[in-house]
Amino acid sequence: MPKVKVKRKNPSLDMTPMVDLFFLLVTFFMLTATARPDEAVVVDTPSSVSEIKIPDTNVITITVDKDSRVFFGVDGQQTKEALLDKIAGKYGVGFTAEEKRTFSLLSNFGVPINQLKSFLSMESSARKEVNQPGIPIDSVHNELGDWVLQTRLTNPKVVIAIKGDQDADYPTVQRVIDILQDRKVNRFNLITDMESKPTNL
Amino acid sequence: MAEIQEKGDSGKGGKKRAKRSSTKIDMTPLVDLAALLITFFMLTTTFNKPQTMEINMPVDPENKEEQIALKASNALTIILGDDDEIYYYFGLADDNPELLESSYAADGIRKVLISPRVKSNDKMTVMVKPMEGSRYKNMVDILDELKITDTKKFALVDIADADKKLVEEQIK
Repeated sequence: MPKVKVKRKNPSLDMTPMVDLFFLLVTFFMLTATARPDEAVVVDTPSSVSEIKIPDTNVITITVDKDSRVFFGVDGQQTKEALLDKIAGKYGVGFTAEEKRTFSLLSNFGVPINQLKSFLSMESSARKEVNQPGIPIDSVHNELGDWVLQTRLTNPKVVIAIKGDQDADYPTVQRVIDILQDRKVNRFNLITDMESKPTNL
Repeated sequence: MAEIQEKGDSGKGGKKRAKRSSTKIDMTPLVDLAALLITFFMLTTTFNKPQTMEINMPVDPENKEEQIALKASNALTIILGDDDEIYYYFGLADDNPELLESSYAADGIRKVLISPRVKSNDKMTVMVKPMEGSRYKNMVDILDELKITDTKKFALVDIADADKKLVEEQIK
């Protein structure tokens, strides 16, 4: 009987298909990725069965956090630069080119206009630490109304979305809605989380 | 690493042969890098865009007199109170209606909204009146219930003193 020879196999395996697959995935994720924007506050939105998606561009996001502070955000760097120019002209505050650039990179903010200059001139790490008081919405200093109005003049296509925290109190939200209605905005979106629709009706 | 080079032929005698080096390259570092990048992009990608709920508020009328008064038989008022409480009544506040308490649960206010009294009446208008102590979640929840039950006619209305009085009497 011949001796059974144990065949010595080379333990290396061909990794080429694996690498192919990995790079395909890397390419996919790189192209679809949109970096998560740096939000000034974290809000926990309530859920709803609504299935309408918010558009990607031309959105004003008015954030109301659980301490009823109001934050304003708009997308588009050019829009933001033009907007800051208009607000600067209206309130008589001058901004340097550097501050404008910083402003155009902010995703949202919640400081009154008279504090905005010092807020923008801060280091970006210090800016995260600062406790933003929220944009004034009372009838004497209705700055939110001005921001919304000027943004709509800058970019007429904008859609307004309200992103409220579950625990935000209703009078603040009502006040924001009233401000929008004063500016003849009667149609807006409430940002919510997904929830499954009940089937037994 | 993963690749084990076979020992080159030592050759017999003094014959010299050109050493044939393996054409395989070790791909492990490449795979490591690719996997690292995949992990990074997977974690930084935000996939689902947030949902939105579209609402249209009525345009503020120029003069209040042009508005038509709502008939008592066509009115349902839902009051959103403090601490996630919810009350409702049929008819108008002036007629001293019976205020009933409900809840946001599936068998709460939804039952009322799909009851024949609301569903069979095309002119039935639901008025949502949030009180000062209510949360934003309450408002979204009730708008959601109206959407689930497919109620077409509804309005967000400021709370009136008569409604507040009704709630106060109920709590007492």
